[in-house]
Order: sequence, then structure tokens, then C-alpha cells
Amino acid sequence: MTPFLRLENISKSFGAVRSLHEVSFDLGSNEILGLIGDNGAGKSTLIKILSGVFPPDSGAFSFDGKKVNSRYYSCAQARKFGIETVHQDRSLAEKQSLWRNVFAGRHITNSLGFIRIDLEKAETLKILYDIIELTADGLDPDLPVSVLSGGERQGLAIGRAMYFQSRLVILDEPTTALSLRETEKVLGFIQKIKDAGKSCIFISHNIAQVFAVADRFLIMDRGMVVADILKKDTSLIGLTDRLLSVCQKEIPHA
Amino acid sequence: MHKLSSFGKYTSQFAISLLLILMLIAFTLASPATFLGWSIYEAFLSTIPFFAIPALAMTLAIVCKEMDMCFPSTIALGGFVFAWLWTHTGSLGLSIVVGLLAGTAVGWLNGFIVVRVGVPSIIATIGTQFFWRGVVMLLCAGLALDLTGIRETALHHVFAGRLFGVVPAQALWAFGTAILMWLMFNRHVFGDAVRFTGDNSETALKMGIDVDRTRIAVFSLMGFLCALSGIMVCIEMGSWWPTQGEGYLLLVFASVFIGGTSAFGGQGSIYGTCIGATIIGIVEAGIISAGLSGFWTRTFYGVIIVTSVSFYNILAKRQK
Ligand SMILES: Nc1ncnc2c1ncn2[C@@H]1O[C@H](COP(=O)(O)OP(=O)(O)O)[C@@H](O)[C@H]1O
Ligand SMILES: [Mg+2]
Repeated sequence: MTPFLRLENISKSFGAVRSLHEVSFDLGSNEILGLIGDNGAGKSTLIKILSGVFPPDSGAFSFDGKKVNSRYYSCAQARKFGIETVHQDRSLAEKQSLWRNVFAGRHITNSLGFIRIDLEKAETLKILYDIIELTADGLDPDLPVSVLSGGERQGLAIGRAMYFQSRLVILDEPTTALSLRETEKVLGFIQKIKDAGKSCIFISHNIAQVFAVADRFLIMDRGMVVADILKKDTSLIGLTDRLLSVCQKEIPHA
Repeated sequence: MHKLSSFGKYTSQFAISLLLILMLIAFTLASPATFLGWSIYEAFLSTIPFFAIPALAMTLAIVCKEMDMCFPSTIALGGFVFAWLWTHTGSLGLSIVVGLLAGTAVGWLNGFIVVRVGVPSIIATIGTQFFWRGVVMLLCAGLALDLTGIRETALHHVFAGRLFGVVPAQALWAFGTAILMWLMFNRHVFGDAVRFTGDNSETALKMGIDVDRTRIAVFSLMGFLCALSGIMVCIEMGSWWPTQGEGYLLLVFASVFIGGTSAFGGQGSIYGTCIGATIIGIVEAGIISAGLSGFWTRTFYGVIIVTSVSFYNILAKRQK
């Protein structure tokens, strides 16, 4: 069976910094993958390649067995494939209104390219109330993103991903800036992705969170995948030990 | 639960409209004979469009976080190509089309240098401003072109005639352009792409917006509208002259910034630019008819620009 996503020997360097070295793995079509590893392990670099921010230096990846031509791959292309990414930062344009942020790059338009604003505002309200369940007073799709709190912003970016029913949702440390309650909500979203038959790559520093929702874990270290573990083969303590042993190898003097 | 608020979405548009009204009242009190008659308004409507049209395009450029210092030369070049072709072929249609194309090409080239080569727009366009001014100077050998006969043609009436004998046609063109630009900026995906590109180009890219194409399009549009303005100036004046467009540098930037377009990109107002251009356009007439020396005009422009930009900055800070 062809996997939904396959990566083969993906490498990427920034000048002398080798961010990714020959990364390969498969992702199933209804799999929640937890991507863990220390700061600087290359997690964000990897998902930026998948979401079209920049191409890899070498290596290839394919969706449904179809190889991606990295010359024509872009964020717009990734979205067309159904890959929605909530980046660690800069997923929203702060001075722009909520509705513009929800639909940027894929507005509902007439044949001349004019935006159906009323429809988009109504849909934005639905996302705010029904999907991310914002409770603030005076919610108006015309408000700029800058009035939202960190958690609400993350919620909007995730709500957007949910709304567009992407096949693969990539979340890069979505819970870092969030309160406990907001974090619960994000974990709930990931469960919903699973229930809807879609896939997710979830990056977090918090192993307990990753363990709670993921089916499988990849541990990355200095640009390489050093462990690929199924949830059924491990426990929270087992996974934590594994990650710690990887981290400790980084400090030979200790 | 907290309360969300957007501080006065229309505050700045209201403030600038009020400023215009107050100025009109002040000028009328200072010289009622002038400001209660129609002829001064006809004069305004015939001169303001020539820099209001480039200012509309400049608004989009500034929102996109770009700067086009080349535009006075684009106006001159568009005007020159039009005037030269008309004197040599006598075909108005051909001259207009090729003039507009020439301006668009100059704008596109600016965009190419900025986006594909990567030269910061302010530097690139200062360079091309000198370059194209030099080119037209060489081509015309420093001499103006006489277009007297153009005032007899039908198209003269279309571009610079007087509707019902009183309303300058260029004002209608500027009005139409303003409406189109408003629709583009507020309702069209192109305006949306411009906003996101200027707000945060990295975010725009992540959202699948073609940032490079958007930036080049903004420069091309600038070139197109500058050429339109240059051609209309030629038709109105019945001549083309080598320094055409030079006086518009200050007027265009003043119009845009008085209008409340953010110098930091991502935000702007077409309505504001229209009112800003009107304010800038009536200041000089107001000052002179109030009996002050014309030397006051620049001082006044300076005060207005600094005051308005400070005002918007304070407004933006309070919003945070
Ligand atoms: N745009 C970039 N330019 C230069 N170096 C980068 C860039 N992006 C990432 N890196 C480097 O690549 C390495 C991996 O970074 P990153 O993928 O962000 O790690 P993680 O997300 O796992 O914390 C780091 O050493 C980082 O400094
Ligand atoms: Mg990261």
C-alpha cells in the first residue's frame, strides 16, 4: 500500500549549518505523528519543506505515491494538496482583519476575482464561535488580528486548518504560548483530526501532550531521525527515557 | 472573558474629512469672493487629478511596503512617448495605447529590479528616476513638444474637455480611477495580496500568496497610472515639456500620507488619499487668495505632512 506521505533522504543546510540530514519516513493516511526533539533538532525546517516554504537541498517526497517536483512546489501548492500548516510563528498577518486572515490565499470570489466579503465574514464567525469557541465580547470578523491574545491567535490558525478540512494538518509547537484550558482545546482538535480520518504531524516539547494524542513518535536529533516508535510499543516513561538518552548523548562531558 | 475592540476603524477617515471641511471654511472666511464662486473649484478639478491618479497607485505601493521614487520620470516618459507619436503619426488612439504601454513597461522594470534582482525599492527607483529623466532629455534634446492641434480633437474632450462646459473631464477620470482602485484594494484578491505582502511578506508567502508577482504588479500599475496622468497633462496643456512630473514628487507623497496610509506597510486608505490630494490641491490656492505669499505653501505642506503622520502614529499607538 502506498503511504499518504513518503519522505526520502531529505537534506537541508543553511550555510554551514546542517539542519536536516537524509531524513526518511512514511506517514499513513489516518495517522497522528508526534515529532519530538531538542531545540534546533530540525523539526521546523522539516515541516517548512513539507509546507512549501523552501525546497530541500536534496531528497524527495511524495503524496499518494506522486512525487513532488520541488521546482514547482510552493505554499500555495501545498495547500492545494490539502496540507495545512500552523507554523511556530507568523501564521497570521497582524494588521489584517480576522476574515482576511482566514481566507488569505484562497478567497471565495466571483469570476472576476472580487471577494464575496459577506459570505467570508459569516464563515469566519462560524469558525470563531463553533470551531474555536471564542468567548470574547464584541467579536467582529472585521477586527484586526492584533487585538487577539496569543492563545486566541493560535486558535484562529488552528481553526482555519480545521475549517478547510485539510488531509494533513501540521502543528509546530502550537501549545507553547497557551493556557492549560487552551492547550486542552488544541489536543481536542488533534483528536478530531484523527476521528475525521485525516492525518496530523504534531510538534511539541511537552512529551506528555504528544504521548496523549499521537499514534507514533519520531525523535529527531541534530537533523536526523534517531527513533521511530509506535505508541503501542512504548509507554510515557519509556518514551521520556528514550528522548533523554538522545539528549544526553549531546553533552559528552556530562 | 475579555472585551475586544478595534479603536475607531473610521476615526482617521472622519478626521481627515473634517480637516478638509475646516480648511474650506477657513479659506472661504479669508477670501469669500474667491471661494464662493465656481471657477476656483473648476481650477481644482482640473489640476488635482494629475497628481491624485499617481497618488492612488502610490497608496498601493506604500501598503505593499514599496516605494516608487521613479514615478515623476515615468509621467514624463509616458507623456513623451504619447506626444512624440502623436506629432509623428497623428493617431491619438495609437499614441495613447503606446504611451500607456511605455509607462507600464517602466513600472514593470522597476518591479523586476526590486523583486528579481533584490535592490531595495527606494534605491532602485531613485536610480531609474535619473535614468529615465536622462533618456527623455536625450530623446527630446531638451526641447518641449508643441501639441496645440490636440485641443481640436474629439479625444481632447474625452480626456481634458469640460463636461457641461464646467466639469473638467480629467476629474471624472480621476474619480473613476479612484473607484476602481477602491474596489481593487478593498474587494479584490489583488488588494488582499497587497495588504498581506506589505503587512508581513513571510506570512503572506506561507498563506500561498504569490508575493513576488504581487510586488511586480504594484510597480506595473504605478507605471500605467503615471503614464495615464502624463498623457492627460499633455492633452490638457496642449504641450509636453521635459521637466513634466517633477513637481508631483512632494504632492503625491503628501497626499498618500495625509490620507492615513501607514508608512510601515500593510494598511492604507484609498478614500484618505483622495481627500489628502484634495487638501494638498487647495492649500496653495487658499494661501494665495488669502493674500499670503506663495512661499508659505511649502511651509504649510511640511506642517500638514508632519502633523498628519504624527496624528496617525498616536492613533495607532492608542490602538495597541
Ligand atoms: N532560515 C534559517 N537560516 C539559518 N539557519 C536556520 C534557518 N532555519 C533553521 N536554521 C537552523 O537549523 C537548525 C534547526 O532549526 P529548526 O528546524 O528551527 O529546529 P527546531 O524546530 O527543531 O527547534 C538550527 O540550528 C537553526 O539555527
Ligand atoms: Mg521549531
